[in-house]
Amino acid sequence: MRRILNETEGEHVIAVSMSAETSLPPRFQQWFADRGWSPRAHQLAMLEKARQGRGALLIAPTGGGKTLAGFLPSLIDLTERPPRNTPAGVHTLYISPLKALAVDVERNLLTPIREMGLPIVAESRTGDTGESRKARQRVRPPDILLTTPEQLALFCAWEGAREYFADLSCVIIDEAHAIWPSKRGDLLALGLARLQQFAPRMRRVGLSATVDDPDLVRRWLGWNSPPPCGEGAGGGGVSTAASEKTPPSPTPSPQGGRGSNIDLVLGSGGAQPVVEVLISGGQVPWAGHTAEHAMAEVYEIIKASKTALVFVNTRFQAEFAFQRLWELNEDDLPIALHHGSLSAEQRRKVEAAMARGALRAVVCTSTLDMGIDWGDVDLVIQLAAPKGASRMVQRIGRANHRLDEPSRALFVPASRFEMLECRAAADAILENHLDGDPPRIGTLDTLAQHIMGCACSEPFAMTALYEEVRSAGPYAELTWEDFETVVDFVSTGGYALRTYDKFRRIVKNADGLWTARNAQARQQHRMNVGAIISPGMINIRIGGGRRPSRLGGAPTHSGAQSAAKPASTFADRARGGRKIGEAEEGYFEQLTPGDTFVFAGQVWRYNSLVGADAFVTPAPNDDPKMPSWGGSKFPLSTYLASRVRQMMHDEAEWTALPGDVQEWLAWQKIRSAIPGEGEMLLETFPRGKRHHLVCYPFDGRLAHTTLAMLLTRRLDRLDVGPLGFVCNDYALNIWSLRPMDGLDLDALFAQDMLGDDLEAWLDESFMMKRAFKHCALIAGLIERRHPGAEKSGRQVTFSTDLIYDVLRKHQPDHLMLRCARHDAATGMLDIARLGDMLSRVKGKIRHMALDRVSPFAVPIMLEIGRERAPGDAAGEAILAEAEEDLIAEAMS
Amino acid sequence: MTRFSPSPCGGLRIALSNVEVMLRWSGALWLETERTLVVADLHFEKGSSYAARFGQMLPPYDTRETLDRLDREIALLSPERLIFLGDSFHDGAGEARLAADDYRRLEGLALGRELVWAVGNHDADGPKALPGDVIDEAALMGLTLRHEPQPGVQLGEVAGHLHPAAKVSSGRATVRRRCFVTDGQRLVLPAFGAFTGGLNILDEAFSNLFGGPMLAGALGPKRVHAVGMKSLRPD
Repeated sequence: MRRILNETEGEHVIAVSMSAETSLPPRFQQWFADRGWSPRAHQLAMLEKARQGRGALLIAPTGGGKTLAGFLPSLIDLTERPPRNTPAGVHTLYISPLKALAVDVERNLLTPIREMGLPIVAESRTGDTGESRKARQRVRPPDILLTTPEQLALFCAWEGAREYFADLSCVIIDEAHAIWPSKRGDLLALGLARLQQFAPRMRRVGLSATVDDPDLVRRWLGWNSPPPCGEGAGGGGVSTAASEKTPPSPTPSPQGGRGSNIDLVLGSGGAQPVVEVLISGGQVPWAGHTAEHAMAEVYEIIKASKTALVFVNTRFQAEFAFQRLWELNEDDLPIALHHGSLSAEQRRKVEAAMARGALRAVVCTSTLDMGIDWGDVDLVIQLAAPKGASRMVQRIGRANHRLDEPSRALFVPASRFEMLECRAAADAILENHLDGDPPRIGTLDTLAQHIMGCACSEPFAMTALYEEVRSAGPYAELTWEDFETVVDFVSTGGYALRTYDKFRRIVKNADGLWTARNAQARQQHRMNVGAIISPGMINIRIGGGRRPSRLGGAPTHSGAQSAAKPASTFADRARGGRKIGEAEEGYFEQLTPGDTFVFAGQVWRYNSLVGADAFVTPAPNDDPKMPSWGGSKFPLSTYLASRVRQMMHDEAEWTALPGDVQEWLAWQKIRSAIPGEGEMLLETFPRGKRHHLVCYPFDGRLAHTTLAMLLTRRLDRLDVGPLGFVCNDYALNIWSLRPMDGLDLDALFAQDMLGDDLEAWLDESFMMKRAFKHCALIAGLIERRHPGAEKSGRQVTFSTDLIYDVLRKHQPDHLMLRCARHDAATGMLDIARLGDMLSRVKGKIRHMALDRVSPFAVPIMLEIGRERAPGDAAGEAILAEAEEDLIAEAMS
Repeated sequence: MTRFSPSPCGGLRIALSNVEVMLRWSGALWLETERTLVVADLHFEKGSSYAARFGQMLPPYDTRETLDRLDREIALLSPERLIFLGDSFHDGAGEARLAADDYRRLEGLALGRELVWAVGNHDADGPKALPGDVIDEAALMGLTLRHEPQPGVQLGEVAGHLHPAAKVSSGRATVRRRCFVTDGQRLVLPAFGAFTGGLNILDEAFSNLFGGPMLAGALGPKRVHAVGMKSLRPD
């Protein structure tokens, strides 16, 4: 119950008034008293909201008894409800973004239910729940059902969903901050709108960690119009076919009222976290993402702590850090690894060991950003810069689930620019400045999936469904035209060539209501529900070494000591086809059979790929070739970026930085320039036979990559002969055959590059194809699963590219291409951010024409050719040599 | 060893059982002396077959896209004979699902030239209403043209059916392309249809057919690239 309950009675617990205290039924009061606790103010506030029938968003730091605050009203209501003759339906629906969290909360909820002897059945239902339990839940619903957004989408597609949820009194969305700004959030908002139809008196409750702008979450969670009377509406059968021709009167969504049906409840703030940045004794590297230089210090810090969570940004960094820590681990500290590609079984083992208190450290990715409570974590270490203050607050919250003791966190910057970024993040956290998100506009591919689900459940009328969809926060501004387009897409594919009118997936019946064509259409939809589209996943299995090692020589059996320690963490090394995890299919496209790589803390040799299985054998003595040595997968947040820019031009801030970083900044000022406030520094210089253009917008890798693509097109037209480019979170570097000193930079960076240049490039880009595939899967244009057969990701990859090419040529305005363009522009290209950047630097480009590389440019120069992995001895030597040359040149 | 030489048109000229033939970057085979254009595995109406069978609404534009490609070759070469080498329709009902203007374009292909439909496993009966001769196989210039390659040594066989594709890696980059594949004795054509996938020619379906070393003619945007065994990679 650690997650749910306050364990200590500290000064941060606001005194509770007598009347509030007595608002708890005696049984609950007694239960609190038996444990020496008293209810927290926000727990009672949530109770009060429930009694008023109000929805609520509770924002409280982890450890504040947030989950109990969410459930308390339902527990009391269920205890006090009069006995009834007919079996009751689901009273409270709890939705968590993680399957594991739903199961964990179920376990935690059972404790007070048992201890107070409450007559309440609480059960979880996730993709992993057994069929018999699922079937029983359908016949005999539990009072409290704990599940995921995907399961809710499935519920909505059930025939009989309306009756099943007729008694629903409350929906609790946990970790709301993690769900709302995503397609899963869109789908969930649509699901909530549906549930509100089934149960008009249903309250919505959100639980969230600290967010920058609670109103955005409230708007997402709330509904836009008073829920229509559900009684007897039976699919809203009032509307007829005739009414479809006249769109409903354009009732503008009540701007002022949006989200106002969700009250905000704030938990008492916890103690300020203690955040430090590791200075690393004058050894901050010029470039890189691994923080390898600091591993010995990190190891010592782990040794001095009780239990540490070591967060990294990518799976590759996780594997790398885990490997290095074990090389240093002379004390045999139990250090484990946790990331999303490990098999569920391995992850569960690590989680269980952690819950037992058996581990001293876990190296992990965002898989542990939220959720399950893990006992006595007393330190959170962030290896490499966190890229956003909000994410970091969440991660810090993983330490010390007791409100009155400060959480401890340590940043370990992996490079000099990251040193600036980590400082900025640490300050931002202390000042409680978090990254802002834009309001969410619901996506149309997700809407298509939802509409199909509704048609599988019961017949719908166009106008009634339109109003229902618009009551969902993200869809408040949905136009009737777009809605019609999506319905037509669901029905016929939405093609100008009306070939499919006779094969409609949803058809209009005699009453003018739309319904799924037949049982097959329903079954296919239910098999393909969900808005998390992961890349095609390849299973990694042991065995299948049919192809000989490219390295030749006898296989090594002996001397496994070096890598045996990591292996012993996952001691089960069975033989023959055992699955050790999975990876995106793209991962193996970069490997040739015979190559070695690190996975789950061990070195493996890649043997062959058969269907969706990659076969590997242990290769304990080999140096791994680790491809895709990328940096962060998270873009640097806008807020942190501006803070880094600020810190750089304000020399007073430099004193907080380690000596070598200060010296680096000072040399930059001498050799080139430190950009002033609002300026963007752009340097041009020759090196070898090439000419370089390096600029420093600090807008994150995504926006930089898009900018570099577009600039390269322009430079090509200017006949400069661009040869290549490389980007990181801070800068971009383009090199060319001919000098770029004399270019009209304001024209080069003119905002109109986001017009035709962008369109032309986008249509051919790999990113559009990937976005198209995701949208097409979500919208049901292509299906991952047919009854009886699973279509593997590899086949889908191939055919969606063909589909994309043909559709682009023959119907470029098709709904799916619109969706793909939108996703590519926001998620993959960061067009909005690039647009902001271009307008910000307009007329403010500070150009320095140099005769050699500047100190700032060294890191981005070192990114060239970094794709090859460390561990490859020859490659490392070349890189090290290149690095020394460069540094000498910049500092001489 | 297969003899081959690049042609200025971007094609690849090869000697197939001592008969000179031209591999086009469109994926078509050009037999100049007979002024005959051969294309395999068009799979017309594959898109609509998914709608009919599964209710899955793939873009219904694959037939016109395939016809567009065919028209470009016809405009360039003015063939007197056009041979469809089987699996011209994705299924037996495909002909009935043709959009009206696609149907008219297909009819038009028979104007002023001989149109020949070799049958395949997807379209065992050939078209019912469209013009043209329906055959099992054809003999031409000493070559045998049929849909499905036959086992054993088949000197001068030209077939389709397998949808060959070649995967080639150099350094970090990998490309996978539809391709012709030959050992100088027999030839398998790439699938010509817009919605047709490819089978890697390192699959045993190919090694069982070819006795000698294989030469792949991988299709690029403007030319056919000759690729030897050493450069090929499995999927």
